[in-house]
Amino acid sequence: MSLFRFIKDGVGEMLRGSPAYWRWLGGLGLVFAVGLFCYVGQLSEGLVVTGMSDQVSWGFYISNFAFLVGIAAAAVLLVIPAYVFHRKDLKAVVLLGEGLAVSAVLCAMLFVVVDLGSPERFWHLIPFIGRFNWPVSLLAWDVLVLNGYLALNLALPFYVHYCHWRGREPVFAFYFPVVVVAMFWAISIHTVTAFLFSANSARPFWNTALLGPRFIASAFVSGPALIIVLMQVIRRVTDYPVQQGVIDTLALVMTVALQISLFFVLAELFTDFYNESSHAGSIRYLYFGLGGLSRLRPWIWSALALNLAAVVILSINPLRRTPKLLNLACVMAFIGIWIEKGMGLVVPGFIPTPLGEIFEYAPTLREIGVSLGIWAFGAIAFTLLAKASIAIELGRLRADPAVQAPA
Amino acid sequence: MAKPPSPEPSPEKGDGFSQYRRKFLAGLAEVGAAGAVAATAAGPARAAWGGSTLQDAMGSLFQDHYQRMSRDEIQAALQRIERKALRKHGVEIHCEDTPPIPGVVFGYALNISKCKGYRDCVAGCLKENNQGRDSQVQYIRVLQMDRGTMNLEQSDHYYDPKAVPVPGKFYLPVQCMQCDNPPCVKACPVNATWKEPDGIVVIDYDWCIGCRYCMTACPYWARHFNWTDPKIPAAEINPNTNYLGNRPRPKGVVEKCHFCTQRTRKGRQPACQEACPTGARVFGNLMDPKSEIRYVLEHKTVFRLKEELGTEPKFWYYTDDRPNGS
Repeated sequence: MSLFRFIKDGVGEMLRGSPAYWRWLGGLGLVFAVGLFCYVGQLSEGLVVTGMSDQVSWGFYISNFAFLVGIAAAAVLLVIPAYVFHRKDLKAVVLLGEGLAVSAVLCAMLFVVVDLGSPERFWHLIPFIGRFNWPVSLLAWDVLVLNGYLALNLALPFYVHYCHWRGREPVFAFYFPVVVVAMFWAISIHTVTAFLFSANSARPFWNTALLGPRFIASAFVSGPALIIVLMQVIRRVTDYPVQQGVIDTLALVMTVALQISLFFVLAELFTDFYNESSHAGSIRYLYFGLGGLSRLRPWIWSALALNLAAVVILSINPLRRTPKLLNLACVMAFIGIWIEKGMGLVVPGFIPTPLGEIFEYAPTLREIGVSLGIWAFGAIAFTLLAKASIAIELGRLRADPAVQAPA
Repeated sequence: MAKPPSPEPSPEKGDGFSQYRRKFLAGLAEVGAAGAVAATAAGPARAAWGGSTLQDAMGSLFQDHYQRMSRDEIQAALQRIERKALRKHGVEIHCEDTPPIPGVVFGYALNISKCKGYRDCVAGCLKENNQGRDSQVQYIRVLQMDRGTMNLEQSDHYYDPKAVPVPGKFYLPVQCMQCDNPPCVKACPVNATWKEPDGIVVIDYDWCIGCRYCMTACPYWARHFNWTDPKIPAAEINPNTNYLGNRPRPKGVVEKCHFCTQRTRKGRQPACQEACPTGARVFGNLMDPKSEIRYVLEHKTVFRLKEELGTEPKFWYYTDDRPNGS
């Protein structure tokens, strides 16, 4: 069975590497183990070990979830130019982008799982065996689209890699329809995640039609920011050729997306503060504090400052084309969006509560431990997928060793 | 007004697939039971299963949704609940599955002119409904409000003066409104919460996965989560319990006010109504034109909280001022 041999070859490649490769994986494995340890504690004691409460009933986990869905969706920015516009330079890295999407979706799902109070009952979510409240519940929609996106992003690269491994070209008529579906699906996962929040008329902070567009715009900032940095790392630590055109294109997309994203922030600030109603309680808490409590204020102002600094660098051509400054902008925008769409979006939705109580939230060490573990898991997943992908794409891994390219 | 809800499909009948699902779940539970025998042979290891034998733990783990269980399966579930309470708390409780009364839809009205903020309703509810004591889950929250405003954001949730009522303040008790169009029910990804034919929004604590999306969706902050195992001193446990009501809850699930199904479905008043010393609370059958609640709705100026959200609460507030001409 060549399929079995393909998987064996791929896994074999993942388990082969330099000491540095193993140090990297070992370090990540250690962080993952710490996360696992924290999670076991959470399982036995309950979610009481987190900083969450009846008042702020979602926290750091769901914040990271919302952010990571954006990262996953952003892989489409490589898919569209590579498969639809046949850009050769982007086609060379699109498989890595899909690997990133897989890793990000897995992380996002794990963040939901660790947030569950009774994870042993996850099977209630399986259609027919459990009871899946679809199409009414937005959370059911999210489960559906995330699993679908995971399947698409596993199937497509699996097929392409398999063809390459056998020394053939993938059949256009086979993969192109999947590509088209995956494109729309990418937008859908982030839209559904935004709707998950904006569907709540009980929470005026989220209950805005702008939330969907804001999610997409900010995803197209944080996603490319991460991919640009990753591509440079891959260029440095492997012999995989990543052309400058990839980075330039992504930087341009990111620039426009960040400009739009900041415009959306401005639109929200104006609408909420010009004639301030009681619906503006959450945004007042976020930016200025409410009732003497203002734990998120330094965070959101940092995010705003980081995003503004990044947009200045990105919008001025000579600055954006300076690699060091571009990287700086990527790091700043990545952190900025992580705050804005993570804690800056999820937590204020709960403050004040629907009954007007102002009760603050901060993640506990254990919560942070579990979260770091999940991020480490994502990094491990991406490393392994990228390792096998690069070996196949460079022609080092072939079904027929006779046509194997020299290592 | 609340509309009479449409009858639920019969939980007994299942289509072809439903039978397979049932067999599948029963099979899994049997595997657990087989494991239990092995565990007994290996010695008692009860604590490890959250106060259950392995057999009971497996039985609840693979228990079907309440609305899909047969009468026998529900009986087995009730017995598991009773056994677990005995093991965990050392208390013999009685757990029933009391059905809704046909032709009854419950509603509540609260006279804010009479409420003095004593919070006896909160205490009465706690005594009745087996909430965790150290976790401080309370189904009713009484807000102390400044006279002249209805702005909830200026309310005091933790008022603690020497004596109530405080001059210049009024009191607004808030609990689950048993909405006729409940956003929490729409939110639940697994249908663990639904509206019963008598209008009460209930939770199957054995089906809830603890995602807390319903808490996010509720505009009245009526839903509460068991962040850890709820602890109740044995002497304080109310042994008269109901499956869709006040039976002891595990950790990791959401709970809320259920209009005391264990009482009201047997013709009694909810605990908060009985506890109120001022007679501010009127509870009854909205479908009965001669009920006191209908009298209040027809003769008093009533309002509902956050009515503009379209949730259609079945909980009204009123004052002693009469509208003109009545």
